[in-house]
Amino acid sequence: MLEIKNLHVKLEEEDKQILKGVDLTVEAGKVHAIMGPNGSGKSTLSYVLSGRDGYEVTEGSAQLEGVDLLEMEPEERAAAGLFLAFQYPVEIPGVGNMTFLRTALNAQRKARGEEELSAADFLKEVRAKAKTLKIDADMLKRPVNVGFSGGEKKRNEILQMAMLEPKMCILDETDSGLDVDAMKLVAEGVNALRDAGRGFLVITHYQRLLDHIKPDVVHIMADGRIIKTGGPELALEVENNGYADILAEVN
Amino acid sequence: MALPAQKQTATEALLSSLHLPEAGCTRAAREAALARLREMGVPGRRDEYWKYTRPDSLITPDAPRAATFEAGEPMMFDAVDRLKIVFVDGVFDPEASDPLELEGVQIERIEDICCKDIHWAKDLYGVLEARGHTPVPRPLAALNTAFAADGVAIHVTGTPSKPISLIYQHASETSDAILHHVIRVESGAVVTVLENGPAASRFNKCMEIDIADGGTLHHVRAQGRDHERRAVTHMFTRLGEGSVYKSFTLTVNGVLTRNEQVVELTGDDAVAHVAGACVGDGDFLHDDTVFITHDAVGCESRQVFKKVLRNGATGVFQGKILVKPGAQKTDGYQISQSLLLDDDSQFLAKPELEIYADDVACSHGSTSGAIDETALFYLRSRGVPLKEATDLLTLAFLAEAVDEVEDKSLAEDIVSRLEGWLARRS
Ligand SMILES: Nc1ncnc2c1ncn2[C@@H]1O[C@H](COP(=O)(O)OP(=O)(O)OP(=O)(O)O)[C@@H](O)[C@H]1O
Ligand SMILES: [Mg+2]
Repeated sequence: MLEIKNLHVKLEEEDKQILKGVDLTVEAGKVHAIMGPNGSGKSTLSYVLSGRDGYEVTEGSAQLEGVDLLEMEPEERAAAGLFLAFQYPVEIPGVGNMTFLRTALNAQRKARGEEELSAADFLKEVRAKAKTLKIDADMLKRPVNVGFSGGEKKRNEILQMAMLEPKMCILDETDSGLDVDAMKLVAEGVNALRDAGRGFLVITHYQRLLDHIKPDVVHIMADGRIIKTGGPELALEVENNGYADILAEVN
Repeated sequence: MALPAQKQTATEALLSSLHLPEAGCTRAAREAALARLREMGVPGRRDEYWKYTRPDSLITPDAPRAATFEAGEPMMFDAVDRLKIVFVDGVFDPEASDPLELEGVQIERIEDICCKDIHWAKDLYGVLEARGHTPVPRPLAALNTAFAADGVAIHVTGTPSKPISLIYQHASETSDAILHHVIRVESGAVVTVLENGPAASRFNKCMEIDIADGGTLHHVRAQGRDHERRAVTHMFTRLGEGSVYKSFTLTVNGVLTRNEQVVELTGDDAVAHVAGACVGDGDFLHDDTVFITHDAVGCESRQVFKKVLRNGATGVFQGKILVKPGAQKTDGYQISQSLLLDDDSQFLAKPELEIYADDVACSHGSTSGAIDETALFYLRSRGVPLKEATDLLTLAFLAEAVDEVEDKSLAEDIVSRLEGWLARRS
C-alpha cells in the first residue's frame, strides 16, 4: 500500500535535515503505529507524504500502490487515496464544515472520474457518520474547526476520513486532547474503517490508543529514522520504560 | 480664504464646461452648492482626503472616453421582482422604466418637484450634503448638488411590496452623468433600494437619505464589470430615533471608484451598517471613504469592508467613527481588510476613531494579508484543487461583508457574482 524507501528530507528554508533515511512499508489491511520522542520527525513524515510546502526531499522515495507520491500535488495525493488526520487541525473561518466536506468529497470523485454525490445523499451520509462520532448538527454547520474544542477538532478529522474513505490513513496524534470517551469514539471510527483494502499509519505517544486500535506493527522513530520495528509489545515496552533503553540498544 | 491658484484654476476650468439647470425650486439649493464648491475648490492631489486616490480624472472638464459595456449575461437583480427606474447616461428613461407607482411610496423626478411650492424634497435636496463638509470638504458632492441633471425623489410612507431599483445604463462613450436622488423614509416605513449598472463614462452620483424615527432603509448596490468606470458617489444619511440604515456595495474592477458614505446618527438607538465587498484584478482602484457621526445615545454603527486585490489593483479605505459629546452607550465597530493575491497589489487604509464621550464601546481593525497557506494546504490535503481551494478561501474572506446583506436571496445573488468573477480568473 504505502512504501517509503530511504527517505531523506530537509527544510527548504534552512539547512536542517529532519528525516535521515526512513524505510517503512504499510501493507493493505494492516495497522502500523509510529512512536518516538518529541521532535523525532513523525509529523514531518506525515506532512511530506501529504505534500506540504517547505520541505525538500533530498533522497529516497514514497509510493502509494506503486505510484510515486512525491511528484503529485497534495490534492492529487488525496484523490489517489491518501489521508492525513492533522496533529493540529486547521480553522477556516467563513467556510462551513458541510461545504468543506462536500467540496472535498466531490473534488476527489471528480478527479477519479466518478460521479458527484447528490446533495441529498451527501446529507444523509454525513449525518449518519457524524452521529456515530457524536458530532451534532450544529457543529456541522459551523465554519471548519472554528471554536471547536481540541477533542471536537480531532473527531472532525475522523469524520472527514470516514466521509472520504481513503485507502491509506495517516493519523497524527489523533488521541492527544481526547477524553477517555472521545478516544473510544475515535477508535471505533477507525476500527469501522479497517478492512483488507486499507492501510493505517497511527502516530501516537501512548499505548492507550493502541489498546483500542490494535496495531499489527509498531515502529520507533528517533532522530529522523525508524530505529526499531516490532509487534504490539514494543508499544508496551515504551509505555513502561520510555525510550532510553531502545535508544541505548541502537547506539 | 482664497484658494491656492492651482485649485482655483482647476475649479474654474471644470465650471466653465457646466451650466446650472434652470430648475425652479432647487435653484436656490444649487446656487448655494455652487458657492460652496467655489469656496472649497475641486479636490487636488495635495488634499489629505485624496492622499490615496488621484482625483484628476474626476475633475477634468470633459469625461475621459470609456467604452460602453455589454453585459452579455443577466444583470444583477434581474431575477428580483422590483420597481425599475432606468437612467441612460444619467437621464431618466420613462420607456425603459416601470410606471413610478407603488403602494407605500411616491416617486417623482427631481425636475418635476421643482414646480411645486411646498415639497418635502426641498428640505432635503442639498441639505444633508451641505452638512457633510465638516471637518472634511466633499467638493464633488457640492458639484453634484449644483449641476445634477436628473434624479428621483422617493418618499416612503409605508412598506412597499418590492424593492425600488435604480438601474444605470451607459450608451455614449463620452457621457458625463450627474445624478442626485433624495429619499425620505417616514416613521415606521421600510424600504429596499437597489442600484446597479454601468452609468456613464464618468459618473457622479449623490444620494441624500433622511430616515425618520423608526424607519428602515436597506440599500444594496452593485458596481459591475464596466472596467473603464470612473465614478464618485456620495451617500449622505441622517437617522432618527430607532431607525435603521443598512447599505452594502459590491464593487468589481473599474478604473476609479470612490464611494463616500456620510452617516449621522441623530436619534437615540439608531443603527447604521455600511459594508462593502470589492474585487479588483488589474490596474484598478476602489476607494471606500466612510464617516459616521454618533450624535445620540445608544446607537450602533458597523463598517465592514473587504477587498480582494490582484494584478496591481489598489484598494483604499478611509473610515472614521466620530462620537460626539453626550453620545453615550455608543457601539461602534469598524473592520477593513484586504486579501492580496499577489505582490503587485496594495491596500491603503486609514481607520480613525475620535471619541468625546466616556461610556462607549468602539473597536476598529485593519489588516492586509495573503491567502492563509495553512488553510490552503488543509483544503488541498482533502482533495480540493488549488484553484478551487483559493476561490473558497477568497469567498470566505468576503463573507463577513456579504453577510451584512439581510435579504438572503440578494446575498446569494452577490455570492454567485463573486463566484463568477473568481471562475473567470485563472
Ligand atoms: N518548518 C519547520 N521549521 C523549523 N523546524 C522544523 C520545521 N518543521 C519541523 N521542524 C523541526 O523538525 C523536527 C521534527 O519535527 P516534527 O514536528 O516532525 O516532530 P514530531 O516527531 O512530530 O514531534 P512531536 O512528537 O512533538 O509531535 C523538530 O526538531 C522540529 O522543530
Ligand atoms: Mg508531531
